[in-house]
Amino acid sequence: MTAPGVDDAVRAKEPATERRLHPVTPLRRAWAPVAVVIGWAMHDPGQAQQQMTRLTTTTLLVALAVLVPAASLYGFLTWWFTHFAVTETELRIRTGLLFRRTAHIRLERIQAVDVTQPLLARVAGVAKLKLDVVGTDKKDELSFLGEREARELRAELLARAAGFAPETAHEVGEAPVRELLRTPARDLAISVLLTGATWCSLAAALVVPPLLWLATHSVWTVLATGVPLLGAAGASSAGRFVGEYDWTVGESPDGLRIDHGLLDRTHETVPPGRVQTVRIVEPLLWRRRGWVRVELDVAGSSNSVLVPVAPRAVAESVVARVLPGVTVPPAEALSRPPGRAGRCLPVWWRGYGIAVTDTVFAARHGLLRRSLALVPHAKVQSVRLAQGPWKRLWRLADVHVDTGADKTVTARLRDAREAAELLRGQAERSRTGRRDARPDRWMAP
Amino acid sequence: METGSPQNAGTTGTAGDGPAEPVWTGLPPGLLRMRRLLLVVWLGLLALALGLLLGLLVGPGWAAFALLPLALTAWGWVLLGRNWRSWRYAERADDLLISRGVLWREETVVPYGRMQLVEVTSGPVERHFGLASVQLHTAAAATDATIPGLDPAEAERLRDRLTELGEARSAGL
Repeated sequence: MTAPGVDDAVRAKEPATERRLHPVTPLRRAWAPVAVVIGWAMHDPGQAQQQMTRLTTTTLLVALAVLVPAASLYGFLTWWFTHFAVTETELRIRTGLLFRRTAHIRLERIQAVDVTQPLLARVAGVAKLKLDVVGTDKKDELSFLGEREARELRAELLARAAGFAPETAHEVGEAPVRELLRTPARDLAISVLLTGATWCSLAAALVVPPLLWLATHSVWTVLATGVPLLGAAGASSAGRFVGEYDWTVGESPDGLRIDHGLLDRTHETVPPGRVQTVRIVEPLLWRRRGWVRVELDVAGSSNSVLVPVAPRAVAESVVARVLPGVTVPPAEALSRPPGRAGRCLPVWWRGYGIAVTDTVFAARHGLLRRSLALVPHAKVQSVRLAQGPWKRLWRLADVHVDTGADKTVTARLRDAREAAELLRGQAERSRTGRRDARPDRWMAP
Repeated sequence: METGSPQNAGTTGTAGDGPAEPVWTGLPPGLLRMRRLLLVVWLGLLALALGLLLGLLVGPGWAAFALLPLALTAWGWVLLGRNWRSWRYAERADDLLISRGVLWREETVVPYGRMQLVEVTSGPVERHFGLASVQLHTAAAATDATIPGLDPAEAERLRDRLTELGEARSAGL
C-alpha cells in the first residue's frame, strides 16, 4: 500500500505495490491437465477403456513422469505471473504468461464483494475473493488468498469504495455486523420438502431410468439419462439444503452481509444502494405456514437469494433494511387488472396486481406461486408501454419497467388509460427518485 | 433539418398530469423511400423469377402465381407507410420518448440520466440513401430505444444533445 503522508500528486504516479496470490494456488491450477484427461475419459468411455488395457506399468510411469512436472510447472507459472494491486480507485489484476491481460476494476462501481470458500479451500485455510462489477467475467476473481488476507482485503476494498481517505482505508478494518436473520436448519429442511420441484425431480430420477431400461435394454442410455437426472434431484434437494444451510443476513455500514453454506461457505457483501430489485416469492405449499422466500437482483452478481425461507413479517423487515424507507405493500393495496383482462388471459389474470408507492414500483404475478417484485424508483432505467392488437381491442396494455440488473418487472393487463398514466408517472418518479439516492461512494462526506 | 413531418399531435393516452404535451417529431421520408424501394426491387425480382420459371417449366397458366409476390408488394407498400407514420420521438426536458408500431404499439421512455451510451449507426444501404439511426443504451439490456432512418446531420445533433443532457444528469446504476 502507499505510504501515508505523501501528497496526492506524488501518490497518484507511484505504482501500487503488487501482490501475489496464496502459494496454495499452484496446486489448484495443477489440476487442470488431470481434469483434461478425466474429461476426455468421460467423454468417450469406450475408447478410454480400450486405451487403458493397452497401458503397461512402464508407460504409465513415463506418462506420470511427464504429466506431473508439466502440471506443476503450469501451475507454478500461472501463479507466478498473476499479480494484483489495490490502487486508490481500482483493483488491478494482471495475469497471463503468453497472452497478458490486465483487468482494472473501478472500486466505486463495485456491486458486491464475495468471499467464497469451497470445502477443500476451507481445509487449506484459503478463500476466493470476487468482485461483482457490471461486465466482469469469471477470470476476475482472486483465488486463492489466505483466509485472513481475503477478509482484510475485502474490508480495505469496501473502505476505499465507500470513500474513506486512502491513508485510513487500510486501518478502518472490518465494519461491525448486526445480525438481521438466521434461518434455522429445521425450517430450511421443511421448506425444501415443501417445494414441488424437489419432488418432481426426485420422481423423474426414480421413474425415467427403469422405463428407459424396459424400452432399450441399453446400460449406456440408462446411465446417460439417469446420472444427470439423479444429479438434478440431488442438487434441488440435498444440494439446496447444503448450500442454504445456516443462512445469515447481517447489516453493517459496508452494506448487506449474506453468509451461507454447510460445506462451501460463501460470504457476500452488497454495498448500500446496489440492490436493483427485490422479489418476494410465495410457493403454494408454503402459504399455510406463512413462509416466503426473498430474492434480490444486483447488477453483475450471480447470487439471487436474499432469504431462502422466513415468515412473511420477518422477511418484510429484512426487505425494509435492504431498501431503506420501503414498506412492502400489503396484498390489499395491490390493484388488480380490470375484469375484462380475463379475455386476454383467463383465470391467471387474477394473479396480477400492481402498487406504486412513493419509493417503489411493485408488481405481483402468479396465482399459485405468487411473486411480488419491488423496484425502487431510483433504479428504473427505462419504462416501456406495449400493446398488441388483441389487447387494444380490450383497451388493455402492459407496462415494462427495466432495471440495471437486466431484469424487467412488468405490470400486465392494465387499463390502457391507466397504463399511459403509469408510463408518464413512472418516468417522472424514476427521475426524481434519484435525487435523494445515496452516492456511489456511500461514506464520502 | 427535419425533412419529415414534425407534427404536434396529441399524446396517445391522457397525459393530463404531464407538465407539457410532448412535441413529437416524425421520421424523414427517406426511410420510407428506402424501404419501399427495397420491397419493390426484391419482390419484383421474385415475381419475375417465379413467373419465368413456372411459365417455362410447367406451363403458361402457372405463371399467374407470379401475381402473388406482386400482391404482397402492394400490401407491403401500405404496411410500410403505416409503420413509418407510426414512428415518432419527442425530446422532453428530462427524458426521451419513442413511440412506434401500428398493431403492436410500443412506447419507450428513457430518462437522460440513465443513458450509458448513444450510438449512431449507418449501414451501407442506409448510407447510400443518406440515412443514419440513433441507438440508446442504458444499463438494462431490455431497453430497446432506437430511432431509425434519421438524416445524418439530425442523428448527430441528437447524439450530441443526448450525450450532453446525459452527462448533466448522469447517475450510476
